[in-house]
Amino acid sequence: MKFALIGNQNSGKTTLFNQLTGSSQHVGNFPGVTVERKEGTVRGLKGTTVVDLPGIYSLSAYTPEEVVTRDFLIHGDSDAIINIVDATNIERNLYLTLQVIELNKPMVLALNMMDAVNASGNYIDVVKLEELIGIPVVPIAASKNEGIDELIDAAIGVAEQRRLPKVMDFCTDSVHRAIHSMAHLIEDHAKAAELSLRYAATRLIEGDPPTEETLKLSENERDILSHIVTEMEEECETDREAALADMRYEFIENICAQCVHKHAETKESVRSIKIDNILTHKYLAIPIFIAMMCLVFWLTFSVIGQPLSDLLADGIDLFTVYVDGVFTRFQVNPTIHSLVIDGIFAGVGSVLSFLPLIVVLFFFLSILEDSGYMARVAFIMDKPLRKVGLSGRSFVPMLIGFGCSVPAIMATRTLPSERDRRMTILLTPFMSCTAKLPVYVFLTAAFFPRNRGLIIVSLYVIGILVAIISGLLLKRTVYKGSSVPFIMELPAYRFPSGKTLLLHMWEKAKDFITRAFTVIFIATIIIWLLQSFDFRFNLVEDSAESMLAAIGTFIAPIFAPLGFGNWRASTALITGLTAKEAVVSTFEVLLGNSMTIQELFTPLSAFAFLCFILLYMPCVAAFAAAKRELGSLKGAVLTAAFQTGVAWLVAFLVYNVGRLFIGG
Amino acid sequence: MTLAEIKPGKRCTIVAVNGQGSLRRRLLDMGLTPRTEVFVRKVAPMGDPLELSLRGYELSIRKEDAQKIDVNLLEEAE
Repeated sequence: MKFALIGNQNSGKTTLFNQLTGSSQHVGNFPGVTVERKEGTVRGLKGTTVVDLPGIYSLSAYTPEEVVTRDFLIHGDSDAIINIVDATNIERNLYLTLQVIELNKPMVLALNMMDAVNASGNYIDVVKLEELIGIPVVPIAASKNEGIDELIDAAIGVAEQRRLPKVMDFCTDSVHRAIHSMAHLIEDHAKAAELSLRYAATRLIEGDPPTEETLKLSENERDILSHIVTEMEEECETDREAALADMRYEFIENICAQCVHKHAETKESVRSIKIDNILTHKYLAIPIFIAMMCLVFWLTFSVIGQPLSDLLADGIDLFTVYVDGVFTRFQVNPTIHSLVIDGIFAGVGSVLSFLPLIVVLFFFLSILEDSGYMARVAFIMDKPLRKVGLSGRSFVPMLIGFGCSVPAIMATRTLPSERDRRMTILLTPFMSCTAKLPVYVFLTAAFFPRNRGLIIVSLYVIGILVAIISGLLLKRTVYKGSSVPFIMELPAYRFPSGKTLLLHMWEKAKDFITRAFTVIFIATIIIWLLQSFDFRFNLVEDSAESMLAAIGTFIAPIFAPLGFGNWRASTALITGLTAKEAVVSTFEVLLGNSMTIQELFTPLSAFAFLCFILLYMPCVAAFAAAKRELGSLKGAVLTAAFQTGVAWLVAFLVYNVGRLFIGG
Repeated sequence: MTLAEIKPGKRCTIVAVNGQGSLRRRLLDMGLTPRTEVFVRKVAPMGDPLELSLRGYELSIRKEDAQKIDVNLLEEAE
C-alpha cells in the first residue's frame, strides 16, 4: 500500500514524514526535474510506503514542484492521500486541501499542531470539520508524535474501502453553473483521460492549458468553453482565476466560521511577532544576522568542525600508514601499492576529511532553516540580491561558499525556484572557499611578503565583484525574466525537532560519502594514472615525464597570455581539480630541490595565477555536488566551463592591464 | 490606492489583484483575494519587501508586486 503525503510548506510535513518512516528513507529525484522525491516505509508496517511530495501552496501548474505533485496524485500509484494541514494557519492551508479533494481520490486530513491550538485556549470542532469537508480528519501533533497511529489507521481505512471524498459543492451560483455545464460537455474526455470529472471541469473553467491538452478538446468544445467562461466572468464581475480562488476562500471562511473557535492568537504567533521585533528590526536586523553567521562559521570552521576534520584526517593517515606497512610487508606489486596509497587513499581521504565540516555546518543550517530564521534572512537580504537577479533566499548558500562550495551547493536545494538554484550554483564557487587559502598563503609568502593580507583580501573582493558582474550579465542574457515571484511565507518561529535535525545531517553525510566513493573515487584514480604513467603506460620515476606533465605542457600555451604559460603551473591547475590545496603540494613535488617558485612567476603573473585559482572550476567534490543539484552532467559541465572562462578572462585582464602600469 | 502605498501599522481590504500569469495566480492562491483584510506589519530593513499579515499568517511580498494590488485603506477607530 502506498500513501502520498501532501501539504503546504511549513505545515510540519517533513516532521510527520520522519515520524511515519523513521530512518527508512530513500531520497531521489522525480524523473526529468530536480525536484526531490523522498520515499519511506511506514514504521512497523512492511509493504506500506509513504511518498513525501514537495511542499506547495496550490495545485496550479506554474512551478515544477506543483506539476510533479499534480502528476503524481493523478497518475501515480498511491492508494490514499494524507493531507497535512497546519491547524494554527488553517484558512490558507485548506486552500490546497480543496484543490486536492477535487481530484476525487481516497484521502485523510491530518490536522497538525493541535497541541498549539489547544494550549492557546482555542478550539477546533473536528467532528464538524469532518462533516463539512467530507473527508476523515485526524488531529495530530507531529512534533510530539501524537495521533500518528490514529492517522495511519485512518489512511489504511480509506485506502482499503476506496472511500472517496464526500461530494460537496463549494461553488457559488455562476461559477457553479459554469463548472456544471463544462462537466456535461467533457464527461467522455475526462473518462478517456482518467481524470476526475469535477477536477477536469474546474481546471478548465479556472484556465489551465495542460489540462486542456490532456483532455484533447475539439475546436468546437474550446469555443464553448471560452463562451461559458466569458459568461461567468461577466456575472461575477471578475476574471476566471480570481473567481475560483475567491470561491474557494469563501467556502473555507464559511467552514472556519462554523468549526474554528479562535479566542486568542496562538502563543507561537505572539512569540514570533515579539522575536521579529528584534530579528527583523530596522537597525538591528543586519548586525544580528552578521553576528549569527560569524558564530556559525566560527563554530564550524574552528571550534567543532575543523578539529573533527583534523581528527578524521589523522585517522585516515594512520590507516594509510597501516595499509602501507601491510603492502610493504607482503611485497604487493608496487604499481598497485601506489594506486591504493597515492591514488585512492590520498585522493578520497583528503575529500573525506571534509565530512565533519559538512555535517556540522548542516547541523547549524538546519537549525536556522527549521526554526524559521532562514525565511527572515531572505526577507532582510532580498533587496540587494534582487539587483543581481537573485532573491533573498540565495544569500545563505552564497555565504557558505566562503567556507566550502560543497555544502553551499548542497544548500541550494531549499531554494524554491529552479532558475535561482541554477544561478546560485553557478555563482557560489566565486566565493573564495577555505581550501584556496593555502594556495594564497603559499604564493603570497613567496611574492608579496609585505602585502600578504592586502593581496588575500583583494582576492576575496575580486571573487565577490566577479559574482556580482556575472549575475548582472546572466540576468540580462541566459536567465532573462521568468523568475519565480518572491511571495514568501514567514512561518512562526518553532523549536527545531532533534529528530529532523539528525535525519537531515545523516542525509547530507550519506550524500557526501556516496559521492566520495563514486565520482571523486574515479576522478582521483584518473589523476593518479596520469601522474604515474607516461603515454606508453610505463611507470615513471620523475613526475616530469608523466602524462599529466605532458598534458600540462600541451595546455600551457593557453595560459601564456596570462603570464604563466609554463607546464608546472598548468599541471598544478589540473591537480587542483581534486582539491584546491593540492596546487601547493604539486608545486612542491614539481619544483623539487633544484628550483624555486620565483623562477616560474613574476609577482604580477603570480597575482594573475591567484585570480585564476580563485575563479576557475571548483574541485571534483563541488563539481559532483553541482551535478547532483542541477540534475544533469551537461549542466555541471557548462557551469564549470563558464567559471573557467571567466577565470581566464579575469586573469588575462589582470596580467595585461597590470603590465601597462608596471611594464613587467 | 495600491497595497504598496499603505504605511506599516495600517489595515486595508483588497479590491482587486492586477498583473498576470504566475505572479497573480500565486498572490490569489496565497489568499490575497478581493475583500480580504490585510495588515501591513512592517517593511524590511532595506526598504523592501513588505511583511503582511492576513488570514492568520505572515506573508512577505515585494513592493513592485504590491503595486499591482488595489486596496481600500481601513480607518482605525482610535
